[in-house]
Amino acid sequence: MAGLVGYGAYVPRKRIRTEEIARQWGKNPETIKRGLLLQEKSVPGFDEDTITISVAAGRAALTRAGIDPQKVGALYIGSESHPYAVKPSGTVTAEALGIGPEVHIADFEFACKAGTEAMFVALGLVEAGRVEYAMGIGADTSQGAPDDALEFSASAGGAAFIFGADDLIAEVIEAYSYTSDTPDFWRREGEFYPRHGGRFTGEPAYFKHVLAASRGILEKTGLKAEDFAYAVFHMPNGKFPMSAGKQLGFKIEQLETGWVVPTMGNTYSGSSPTGLAAILDVAKPNDLILITSFGSGAGSDSFVLKATKRLPKVQGLAPTVRSMLDGPRHYVTYGEYAKFREKMIVNE
Amino acid sequence: MPSPRYTREIPSRYRLEAGRCKGCDKVAYPARRVCPSCRGKEIQMVNLTPKGKVVTSTVIHVPPDDFLMEAPYAMAIVETPEGARLMTQVVDCEPSTVLPGMDVSLEFRLIRKEGKGGILCYGHKAVPVF
Repeated sequence: MAGLVGYGAYVPRKRIRTEEIARQWGKNPETIKRGLLLQEKSVPGFDEDTITISVAAGRAALTRAGIDPQKVGALYIGSESHPYAVKPSGTVTAEALGIGPEVHIADFEFACKAGTEAMFVALGLVEAGRVEYAMGIGADTSQGAPDDALEFSASAGGAAFIFGADDLIAEVIEAYSYTSDTPDFWRREGEFYPRHGGRFTGEPAYFKHVLAASRGILEKTGLKAEDFAYAVFHMPNGKFPMSAGKQLGFKIEQLETGWVVPTMGNTYSGSSPTGLAAILDVAKPNDLILITSFGSGAGSDSFVLKATKRLPKVQGLAPTVRSMLDGPRHYVTYGEYAKFREKMIVNE
Repeated sequence: MPSPRYTREIPSRYRLEAGRCKGCDKVAYPARRVCPSCRGKEIQMVNLTPKGKVVTSTVIHVPPDDFLMEAPYAMAIVETPEGARLMTQVVDCEPSTVLPGMDVSLEFRLIRKEGKGGILCYGHKAVPVF
C-alpha cells in the first residue's frame, strides 16, 4: 500500500492582526473576528514566495523521510502564486532540495486545491509503481485585493508530502475527487487580484464540493465521522470548515487540531495541507485522518489516511506547524504589509 | 548578475555546496579549484550545515537599487560548523539586534529580482535562532 513517508510545513514569521487591517478600512474588527473567526494571518517578506516556502517545507519532509533526495522521481507544486508565469517553481525547488535531474516536474493550478492535486498525482504515480518516491507540495503567497474581505484571510505558507510504498508514516486508505464548473472565484490572465462571487462562494461552491467529496470518500471506505481521530477541511475563513465538519457529523475535538486558520490565515493551496501537517505533528499510530480540500472553479479532493507506528518517531525531526504559529513572530503595520505585498506603486 | 553566471553558481547558492581540501581539511565556500590555505588541488565537495554564528555584521541604510525597499537591513559574515564563512543578509529580525556571536540558521530565500521582467535569483539568508 502507498502512503506518506515524510511531511513538512513552513509558515513565515511576519504577521498582521485583524485589528490592523480593519483599522485601515474603517471596519469594526470585532465584527470581522466574530464573523470570520480570524485573529491574525501570516505575511510573506520580500524574500519569501511559493518557491522558498516549497523548499523549506520540502527540506523538512526529506528530513522526516530520511531518504536520498535522488530517489524522488516526481515533484509537483500546487499554487496560485507561482512566481513565474512561464518557468516552473518545481525546477528551482528540486535543485535546492538536491532532487533530479532524473525527475518529472510540473506546476499545478486549481485555485486553493492545487496542493492536494499535486498530492493526488504524486500518490497515483507511486501506486502505479512508476516512481519510488513522489513529492506533492501545496504553497502560496495568497493575493487579496485591498478592502476586500479576502484581505483579512489571504496569507502565506505551505506543506510538502513525500509518497512512497515502504516505511510509511501514514497509509493512504483512499483518495477521491469531486469537481464541477462553478465560477465562484477567479483571476483572469494579467489581473493582479482575484475576484469572487461573494455569498455565491458559500453554499453552491465551498459547501457543495467539500460535503460531496467528504461524503463520497466516507461511502467508498465505509467509514463514519466517529471513526476518525482528526479531520481537516479547506479553511477560507474560520467559520466554513467548522460548519462543514459539523454538517458531516464531526465534533470540535476532531476538527480543532488541523484548524490552523485563526492565526495563520488562508494559505490557499497550502491551507488544508498545512492543517494535515499540524495533525500529523500530534497523531498517534492507527489514528484515522480525513482531509478534504476545496479549490474554486470548483472541486474538492479527499484523502483518508491511517497513521502508522513510524509516525511518532519522525514528528520531532523538523519544526511542527504549531511551533511556527506560536513561535517567534514579527507583527507588521498595514503600511509595512502593503510594502511587503507590493501593493504600492513605486518608481523603478 | 547575468543568467549564465547565476546558473553556474546554483550548486553553492541553492545547496550550500562547498569544497573541503583533502590535504589540510580547510572548507572553502564557494568551492575553489586550489585550496586558499595550503594550495592543495584535491578538493572534496561537501554540503554546509545550514546554520552558523555571526562573526561580524553591519546595517545597510543606503543600499543598491535592487534592495531599496528592504533598507535598513543587516549584512553579516556567518561561519558554519565546518569553518566556512559566507556573507549574507540577516532577516526576520530588527537589523540592530544582529551582533557577533548570534546563532543563525540559513534559509532558502529570494535574493533579488533582475528588474521587473528578469529572472529571480535565489540563495540563502540567515535568520536568528531564538
